[in-house]
Amino acid sequence: MKPTLIALAVLAFGASAAQAQEVVVKIGVAAPLTGTQAHLGKDIENGVRLAVEDAQAKGVVVAGKKVKFEIQAEDDQADPRTATTVAQRLADSNAKGVIGHLNSGASIPASRIYNEAGIPQISPASTNPKLTQQNFKATFRTIANDVQQGTAIGKYASTKLGKRVAIVDDRTAYGQGLADEVEKAVKANGGQLSGREFTSDKATDFLAILTRIKAQKPDVIVFSGMDTQAGPMLKQIKQLGLDVKFITGDGGCTGEMIKLAGDAISANAYCTQPGLPLDKMPGGKTFNERFKKRFNADVQVYAPYAYDATFALLEAMKAAGSVEPAKYAPFIGKVNFPGVIGNVSFDAKGDIKEGAVSVYQFKGGKWDAIN
Amino acid sequence: METLLQQTVNGLVVGSVYALIALGYTMVYGILGLINFAHGDVLMVGALVALTVVQLLQTHAPDLGPVLTLLVSLGVSMLVCMIMGYTIERLAYRRLRNAPRLAPLITAIGVSFLLQTLAMIIWGRNYHTFPQLVSTMPLQPVAGVFITPVQITILVVSALLMVGLVLLVNKTRLGRAMRATAENHKVASLMGVDTNKIIASTFIIGSALAAVAGVMFSSNYGIAHYAMGFMPGLKAFTAAVLGGIGNLAGAMLGGLVLGLVESIGAGYIEDMSFGFLNSSYQDIFAFIILGVVLIFRPTGLLGERVSDRA
Amino acid sequence: MNELALAIPYLGKNNPKAARWVVLLIALVAPMIAISFGRSWVRILDFAMLYVLLAIGLNLVVGFAGLLDLGYIAFYAVGAYTFAFLGSPHFDIHLPFWIVLPMGAAAAALAGIILGLPTLRLRGDYLAIVTLGFGEIIRIFMNNLNYPINITNGPQGINGIDPLVLFGWDLSRPIPVTDDFIINPLFLYYYAFLICVAGAIVLVQRLQVSRIGRAWAAIRDDELAAKAIGINTRNMKLLAFSLGATFGGVSGGLFAAFQGFVSPESFSLMESIAVLTMIVFGGMGNLAGVIVGALLLSALPEVLRHVAIPIQQALFNDVLLDPEVLRMLLLSLAMIFMMLLRPAGMIPAHSRYSRPELLGQEAVK
Repeated sequence: MKPTLIALAVLAFGASAAQAQEVVVKIGVAAPLTGTQAHLGKDIENGVRLAVEDAQAKGVVVAGKKVKFEIQAEDDQADPRTATTVAQRLADSNAKGVIGHLNSGASIPASRIYNEAGIPQISPASTNPKLTQQNFKATFRTIANDVQQGTAIGKYASTKLGKRVAIVDDRTAYGQGLADEVEKAVKANGGQLSGREFTSDKATDFLAILTRIKAQKPDVIVFSGMDTQAGPMLKQIKQLGLDVKFITGDGGCTGEMIKLAGDAISANAYCTQPGLPLDKMPGGKTFNERFKKRFNADVQVYAPYAYDATFALLEAMKAAGSVEPAKYAPFIGKVNFPGVIGNVSFDAKGDIKEGAVSVYQFKGGKWDAIN
Repeated sequence: METLLQQTVNGLVVGSVYALIALGYTMVYGILGLINFAHGDVLMVGALVALTVVQLLQTHAPDLGPVLTLLVSLGVSMLVCMIMGYTIERLAYRRLRNAPRLAPLITAIGVSFLLQTLAMIIWGRNYHTFPQLVSTMPLQPVAGVFITPVQITILVVSALLMVGLVLLVNKTRLGRAMRATAENHKVASLMGVDTNKIIASTFIIGSALAAVAGVMFSSNYGIAHYAMGFMPGLKAFTAAVLGGIGNLAGAMLGGLVLGLVESIGAGYIEDMSFGFLNSSYQDIFAFIILGVVLIFRPTGLLGERVSDRA
Repeated sequence: MNELALAIPYLGKNNPKAARWVVLLIALVAPMIAISFGRSWVRILDFAMLYVLLAIGLNLVVGFAGLLDLGYIAFYAVGAYTFAFLGSPHFDIHLPFWIVLPMGAAAAALAGIILGLPTLRLRGDYLAIVTLGFGEIIRIFMNNLNYPINITNGPQGINGIDPLVLFGWDLSRPIPVTDDFIINPLFLYYYAFLICVAGAIVLVQRLQVSRIGRAWAAIRDDELAAKAIGINTRNMKLLAFSLGATFGGVSGGLFAAFQGFVSPESFSLMESIAVLTMIVFGGMGNLAGVIVGALLLSALPEVLRHVAIPIQQALFNDVLLDPEVLRMLLLSLAMIFMMLLRPAGMIPAHSRYSRPELLGQEAVK
């Protein structure tokens, strides 16, 4: 069949090129590069690019051959079905490893295709626990997952912000998953669950559920969802004269949230973000400067995670002495090196060990890291 | 008790916005027998146009004061929506007036998505912050019920507009022509009524109301974005059906009832269903009401127009 | 097949027999052509087949019987979830697909009857809105039925769904023929889907020229008159509705097996509208048009990605309209202008009942 012929041709051609003692390794990047989340996808792509350029500058030699990296960036449009098509395309073009995707909803269906094709995947951004619970051998992530984040929110809310906790989620895979972890952690830390309410990721009116919550007299409201709901919700909390603390996960830990909440946001508002704030990461400061110089853009969130994910692939290739996925994949789980975000090493499932979660408080017009 | 009162107030405020949108649906349906699917999106355009005008005024004429700024932007957005309503009728619906029923409905769905896409291109996909020109901070609570100036404005403005519309339809020459057209196009035109003009004015009035609803919606929640019109539009349609489609008073009643059902439903469903259901089912009420009313009482609460109008 | 063949310009009219072979040939070799552009195109082709199946089903309801269903995707969802319940680790039930797929179809048909019984006496546009509501209700329930008893696993969806296994032969495993020659599972899925589509086409074509098909056409054109000549309109409409739902259910089941993962996200109103646009675009009531519409529109996002982005980058040095926005724009414009300018679709039905045998005679003349 045709592709085999092409493959043979490439092999023959490759054989003659190999005399130059150079091997080309294609690294795939999959993230939304168009649409509302394009800036976050670009962040990931740039993180990988910086890593590859750094490695190239130092010179990477695997099994006696110089490695030349090539990046193939694919746009998954944050859509599950497009993600599978993109994954297939990366598998087709013989990528040796993939950094991506951004959204858990895209990462999970895509991971199946990478797994079938035997390509290692490291997500720098997908936090849904299910991604690494599928028993795939080469699916990893460099960011703390929702279990870690939900536990941190629940613990912080019930021990530092007040005893009675109300939880609202937006009934998306992200919101519900995170809220379930928060609920567990609240109970585990001796907090009291005053009630659990639900809304949707398209809702704008929360007065009905907030009125209900008000009657249950909580000390703190945990909202598990996105900034587009959290902002108006904070406004309506104020509108009902509810005097409570408010905490959201990373979905609400954005500048957008501050804008949308307007004058309703105060020091009563908190949020969490998996990972350390950039200036607290071991290599954060220099990373930020170099990133800015290279791409003329600020680090959004995920660039350092993508950078370290790329190096995790490289380290494994070096350890295995091969760039072939079948050979080096088993070594990814064993890497252990100091990265930008801290020490990079994975647990048995493929989650990053010591995945940090930071808490922020609204102060002086922005989110300010505490602890 | 306090909670129930608060839920009632919440429901009335949401309900009056529904009612205002429902008027547009019901007028068009009464006259053309067409579900103007794009009506909710006219509301969205109204809100976003107003947002742009407010932003312009705030930078170029900062000493205009909040009330005047709001009024000017409302005026501009009503004007834009009226032109848009006319254009939609003229280009997309008029040619299909005698086509089989499904054709204009499919076109209307197309228009709805077209407006959303165009808005997405012009204003982007992000949520925008709508400036707070009328305060959304609560007033001194009465009997434990919190209400904000913006909410009071919504209640008053929608009540006034509804009264105005009823007067227009029942007391003026235009209103009489509208009623005649609704009764029977052919006979009305034989009687010297320019039905094309009447239908166009129905769309224009409906669109102006949608613009007002959009501005009120955005002022209340402080946000505006390209998809904001779809859900309220659908719910308002439900309200129109609930009240008896084609019936102005019915649209208002339907809107208020739907607002109350949603608010009180979301507040008490968990207790009423012994914990089996919860507030995640809030959006289901409208659809269930819609189905039940259409199946068992297609004429709605106030009735009048028979559902199987030829 | 006949209709598709006749839709080929020139050849279809002059030599229908040859045209038929051309269609068959294209259907069979399509994935081999697609793979030379990469396996991702075969995957797109696989999805396109599922959409064709959906479009054929919806066409039965909208095109043949004239009932506008805006919640059609709900039946797709019922089929997909039935498959997921009975063939995944979720309940730890792993029934073989030849039991699960028909059960999904039956569940969808039942849902169609349950929805149809009370609502089918409603007039066209009311029916459209009620079905839209039904679609949303189904989606909301699937999103929330993880509490108090976990039935659907809520927004997390169900993962690890069994692939299609034919007599112990797992379609999702590649078949190594020789060392370098491996048949990709995507091909196997394509042919499995193609068989379903072919079956659907034959069935629908038979139906269309039968008494039932003519009864549907009569109802679509004038319900009152249809009733007057003794057609049991209620039963006929119910039949169309549940049969359409069955196709949706089968397609949903195949989707679940192919994707291995279902979640309520995949069954939004937008999907219903997308399928509706396919049949509006191709030509309501005409099988060939519907199939071509489904194929074209399901490949559209990919084409846009390959065409629109480079063109914009060349012209403006930036991507001004991303492919998703362009797709929405094209879909909505298609809906409006098709209705205004070409209500019969790209490939209009040749005759009122699109009876192939009559068409054959015409072609000979």
